[in-house]
Amino acid sequence: MAGPKYPGFDTLALHAGQSPDSATGSRAVPIYQTTSYVFRDSEHAASLFNMERAGHVYSRISNPTVAVLEERLAALEGGVGAIAAASGQAALHLAIATLMDGGSHIVSSGSLYGGSHNLLAYTLKRFGIETTFVDPRDLGAWRAALRPNTRLLFGETLGNPGLDVLDIPAVAAIAHEAGVPLLVDSTFTTPYLMKPFELGADLLYHSATKFLGGHGTAIGGVLVDSGRFDWEKSGKFAQLTEPYAGFHGMDFEEESGTRAFLLRARREGLRDFGPCMAPMTAFQILQGVETLHLRMPRHVESTRKAAAFLAGHAMVEKVMYPELPEHPDYELCRRLLPRGAGAVFSFNLKGDRQAGRAFIEALRVFSHLANVGDAKSLVIHPATTTHYRMSDEDLKKAGITAGTVRLSIGLEDPQDLIDDLERALGAASRAGR
Amino acid sequence: MDFAVAGTKAFAYTAAHGLDPAKPTIVFVHGAGLDHSWFGLQSRYFGHHGRNVLAVDLPGHGRSEGPPPASVERMAQWVMQLLDAARLERAAVVGHSLGSLVALECAAQAPERIERIVLIGTAYPMKVSDVFLEAARRNEQSAFDMETIWGHAPQVPLGSNPNPGMCLYGDTLARLARLAPGVLYAGLKACNDYACGLESAAKVRCPTLFILGRRDQMTPPRAASALSQAIAGARTVLLQGSGHSIMAEQPDATLDALIEFFSGSSPP
Repeated sequence: MAGPKYPGFDTLALHAGQSPDSATGSRAVPIYQTTSYVFRDSEHAASLFNMERAGHVYSRISNPTVAVLEERLAALEGGVGAIAAASGQAALHLAIATLMDGGSHIVSSGSLYGGSHNLLAYTLKRFGIETTFVDPRDLGAWRAALRPNTRLLFGETLGNPGLDVLDIPAVAAIAHEAGVPLLVDSTFTTPYLMKPFELGADLLYHSATKFLGGHGTAIGGVLVDSGRFDWEKSGKFAQLTEPYAGFHGMDFEEESGTRAFLLRARREGLRDFGPCMAPMTAFQILQGVETLHLRMPRHVESTRKAAAFLAGHAMVEKVMYPELPEHPDYELCRRLLPRGAGAVFSFNLKGDRQAGRAFIEALRVFSHLANVGDAKSLVIHPATTTHYRMSDEDLKKAGITAGTVRLSIGLEDPQDLIDDLERALGAASRAGR
Repeated sequence: MDFAVAGTKAFAYTAAHGLDPAKPTIVFVHGAGLDHSWFGLQSRYFGHHGRNVLAVDLPGHGRSEGPPPASVERMAQWVMQLLDAARLERAAVVGHSLGSLVALECAAQAPERIERIVLIGTAYPMKVSDVFLEAARRNEQSAFDMETIWGHAPQVPLGSNPNPGMCLYGDTLARLARLAPGVLYAGLKACNDYACGLESAAKVRCPTLFILGRRDQMTPPRAASALSQAIAGARTVLLQGSGHSIMAEQPDATLDALIEFFSGSSPP
């Protein structure tokens, strides 16, 4: 018998999670636009409700189209399974709400997407869940921030917008010493550029709105579990290891072992909070996933060209892209992201706010909007948009200044992008005189 | 539920029910390197339908402590000791892969206590390739890869899973990653060394069901024929698309076969 061989990434991106439709033979993933599923008989209904049989009951909990996306992402990430959610923020909230009660504590990187920072710093605080933000590069700070009630360490694989590379092996080791999991936001890297579970992370999520969908057409999130964290051994997660009155006294870890986290997240989180993904959204994101392995190399290649151009321009004070030697995470990036550091990066423009405004308004190919990871190139000014709720001190911690501009490099002709940047930099220069 | 077998902690999932000696009992025994939750849906069903269930973690697996028993015969003795600890006189035994040999051996060793047996994904002899055994002995990742890839039908990584959102390969690898070194090897070696299958089959007096997967790469259906022919009155259910991880790949068809088989014995 030949030695065992796993299907390659490209093959999984196209096939994992879907068999040709048994009813029609449809090769494309059918859009099961239905809320609910007819039971064979009363016994079948009762068995589905009591988790004695596999299958779908109600599309808030699971749906066949959405399940294809979930299984495909789990396969691409090397996880036990996944849950698709209404957005990346819904996926983050689902992870936290599954693991935490009031009185729990999170240690988080301070370099976060503004919405995530807001959730942790303000919104969850209202519900008794506190977060300590640390400099992601300061491993001592991660350790020092741990408390007896800490239940999670959290960071972005590439911090937004300064592109800090999270040292996942080191931070995971700190988390595991403390008996808690490490959750990472893997949106900027996608499984094509990085497999966080192979580096030690326990849970991850994506804003699938970005590179996974890849075309700026659908909002969604996906939460994936490695199944490697031993909740029983940790002893800190009664939510997963003690009988739960909200589901017939189920002890999720005893019931399902490696699947405990996802089981509770689906059976409680989707049931009670309801942040499910629509089947049409799952279909649209699947269309993107099927070409992820083709798009990401082009995104990265064009980003390298744009970053190199900006780094050599007189109007640019600093380019924050970890593939550039002057970035503080250059060596870490080479180690953890050998395929590339993604297609989102920031740079600091010389000059005042007028220069920044002139730059953005002079761009013709780049679109000025609040998104990243589109096939089209995008630009935004974080201090006045995505991160505007953050205090000056928090902005500084996240590496954002008044002149910081964030770019998301798309799939256009890279020379057209460079020409566009050059024209806009010229406009900024004239405005600043 | 925790028990003590020979002074060592032994765990069996009971579907969150207490054990009632008046009810019929089904013991579920998992395969090499796995644990009770591999029978999750099926054991939960019977636990909620009028039976005691004991979905065991063999010693050294899951929540059961102690070194893994060195032979199928010793594992069968451990199952009988567990029944003693649970104060249950009689039981049916459903086993998968290594567990199927344990079920067979239970029926041969204690025919007065074993009411029925179900052998899922079975073969006799259950030989394990040298390369697989050696990789497991060295606790190499390649052993986990072989268990994962050969342990499922070839189409599994490129198809859909009946359990929404779950990934069978990922789940198997995560389970194996939690094992203590040497546990997978002990299970595989016990399969490989088991040499009294036909003698034990000749001693079986209870109703017997084989559930086999047509696409099983580890224990293909033809490898079970010697055993099924040696057990008088044995029946076989062949699941067309399934590989070796039958309870996970085709959970409903497995459950349907079990319900039909047990419907002739006692409640439900």
